Amino acid sequence: MAEKTGGNEYILSCEGISKSFGGTHALRNVQLHVKPGEVHALLGENGAGKSTLMKIVIGLYSQDEGSMTFDGKPYQAKGPVDAIKAGISMIHQELNPEPHLTIAESIFLNREDTRGKFFLNKKKQNERTEKILKDFEFPYPATTLIRNLTLAEVQMVEIIKAVSTNAKLIIMDEPTSSLDSKETDHLFDVIRDLKKKGVAIIYISHRMEEIFEICEQVSVFRDGEFIDSKPLNDVSREDLIAMMVGRKVENIFPKVDCKIGDVVFRAEGLTGKGFKDISFEVHAGEILGFSGLVGSGRSETMRAIFGLDPLESGKMWLNGEEIVNRNTREAINRGICMVNEDRKNFGLCLHRSIRENISLPSLPARQKGILLNQRREKAECEEVSKTLLLKAASIEHTAFSLSGGNQQKVVLAKWFLANPKLLILDEPTRGVDVGAKSEIHTLMSKFAAEGLAIIMISSELPEVMGMSDRVIVYHEGEISGIFERSEILNGNVTQEDILKKSFGV
Amino acid sequence: MGLSKITKSDKYRMFVGKYGIGVVLIIMMVLISIKEPAFLKPTNLINVATQISINGLLTYGMCLAIVAMGIDLSVGAQLALTSCVCGYLMSNLNVNVWIACLAGVLVATLFGFVNGFLIAKFDMFPFVVTLSMQLIIRGLSQVISGGKAITITNTTFKNIYSAKFIGIPVPIVIFVVVTIIMYIMLHWTKFGRYIFAVGGNMNAAIASGISKFWTLVGIYTISGILAGIASIIFTAKTGSAQSNIGIGYETDAVAASVLGGTSFAGGIATIPGDVLGIFIIGFIYNGMNMVGVSSYYQSIVKGAVIIIAVMLDMVLNKKNH
Repeated sequence: MAEKTGGNEYILSCEGISKSFGGTHALRNVQLHVKPGEVHALLGENGAGKSTLMKIVIGLYSQDEGSMTFDGKPYQAKGPVDAIKAGISMIHQELNPEPHLTIAESIFLNREDTRGKFFLNKKKQNERTEKILKDFEFPYPATTLIRNLTLAEVQMVEIIKAVSTNAKLIIMDEPTSSLDSKETDHLFDVIRDLKKKGVAIIYISHRMEEIFEICEQVSVFRDGEFIDSKPLNDVSREDLIAMMVGRKVENIFPKVDCKIGDVVFRAEGLTGKGFKDISFEVHAGEILGFSGLVGSGRSETMRAIFGLDPLESGKMWLNGEEIVNRNTREAINRGICMVNEDRKNFGLCLHRSIRENISLPSLPARQKGILLNQRREKAECEEVSKTLLLKAASIEHTAFSLSGGNQQKVVLAKWFLANPKLLILDEPTRGVDVGAKSEIHTLMSKFAAEGLAIIMISSELPEVMGMSDRVIVYHEGEISGIFERSEILNGNVTQEDILKKSFGV
Repeated sequence: MGLSKITKSDKYRMFVGKYGIGVVLIIMMVLISIKEPAFLKPTNLINVATQISINGLLTYGMCLAIVAMGIDLSVGAQLALTSCVCGYLMSNLNVNVWIACLAGVLVATLFGFVNGFLIAKFDMFPFVVTLSMQLIIRGLSQVISGGKAITITNTTFKNIYSAKFIGIPVPIVIFVVVTIIMYIMLHWTKFGRYIFAVGGNMNAAIASGISKFWTLVGIYTISGILAGIASIIFTAKTGSAQSNIGIGYETDAVAASVLGGTSFAGGIATIPGDVLGIFIIGFIYNGMNMVGVSSYYQSIVKGAVIIIAVMLDMVLNKKNH
């Protein structure tokens, strides 16, 4: 087989790949070259284009421009099944195992051993599986149900499955995100083994230590563009951070300075699933930015404050009074409101009208006897829509009929109407068009100036730096840095500094 | 992008989408009356209205359950249980008519509450919960009645079906009053909005401060109350309490809700739509009888009408969704 690669020393080559969704470029003329038996790291901020490129490689998306070669031949997968046939397997970050299957059934899914054309040959399949499992020193029999395995073991089964399909390239997306250090070590042993067998691995991770431990080559992406590819022996962590920063600043309308008032909300030692010992305070008129990587625990902290998820320990104060939010109703009644990052799942009832969506959290305060005061409701919704420059023919239309930016404005309108004292915005401009984005930024300044305390989670560094009075940076569930606006304005703190804290460097 | 102009064809489409099922109803009425002119006589129409009151009440409860992405399969059995409780209290224990009726409705309310509690508290599937409760409730009514029909001789009770209130049969009065209450509840109150929100997007509803538990419990409890009231009308009509009445009634309630535009995807329904659906189902029975179609074929026609009406609704509403 090796001769077939001929003059081409790479197992996978991607050249000039471009892809856009709607009007936005997700990838612009990027390249990637992976050698056989190499562990190749992909590095970049959230939204840099790593996932999009991998999805093109395994055939989930098709590129607009560019070509790929795999194993010396032109390559183009029509879907993951095609990719697996060609010899490329991907192990997704969120493993999606079929919990009721046995290990053997899972490994041979879609390529079962059969007797004749229709009947399964379970005996043969189990025997073959036992043999493969033995090679990997996997301690469970082939008939074990997937649901009885730990997450690390399920991941191992996925890797074994990939190897058993004779994969020459395995893509691992954040493989260690839910493993402990012992499991990680075991995974690395397996990766080293695979390397010896000549299997190439594309390793996507945000964990610098791991990249330096296991990978030999790194390709860095930023804003959908390929920045550089280097052997890891030649670069330092600082070099990599420097390669990742420099995202373009687009349509940020920086916060207008206003008077910062008293402390509105204070948290001390908040601990829950995904975050540990978080303490901070936010003042009236202040926008407190939360930066960090996706999955670093920022959203989880805010969900717990809002009463959506339970808090394990820690204390909170609102206007000096200690509070506990057992559910969202208690939080809303106290004036704590949250715009969720997942607009479709947590923000809107898409098939109900704009008016009904806007007034939903405020209905208890809009009663006239047992009935709703619909005239007042309508007037208030009209007014807040006007304030937020909502572009809709009528507030009686469904939320579904609006563009992403206008849907986000409906979510904002809904919480502005609920009289918030503390407004938590989780990725307030994600999936929003450029015009609406700048409008949302202007509104944030305006409401802060009126004395509202705002917490903004954003994964876009320019946004977080332009809009925040202070920036808190998260790394793996803990606060790793706090920066003041003045430091950012006078240039003492750069994107690079914030990114370093996000990566825990 | 956000600014969408409403064109003339949009207006037409929205009109048809909103009232399409009404058009189906009118076409049906015209076709039946051509074949059998007596169909349109006031006496027949009043007759139909009286008959549909039972399915009508069940439909409102079913509609709420479907809006919240559930279903209430226990309503048919609830008819039997309330009937047997009322009959047993009146005929065997000589309890006052009104107290017996109240007790019957309370029992149905209690079982509705249990349905809602199991579904909301333990996240059980409504289909499974209400199917099991159907068996339990049906069994209980057999235990109470001893499997035999309890004859009810009390004329006050029987008058509930046959008496008139300012010239209108009492069942129609009850149906109209309940319809108005349901309309106000679903479209003019906080609770109605919560039902739509919970059915439209449970996560968004919870994130907006809505209690999933109380909303779901409320829905199934209301379904229980309405089934109880429907049972009183039913029992007064037949003059005897039986444990085998109401078998399959949940089907007609589901059919009327769906014809009325209630979406199984959750979060969409209107009471006026339900009223139209209830009448369509009523006219199918009545019209077929008048035209002289055998009951064997009636069931086939009912099924076909539902499929055609729902498909028509989907085609007409395609752009609206």
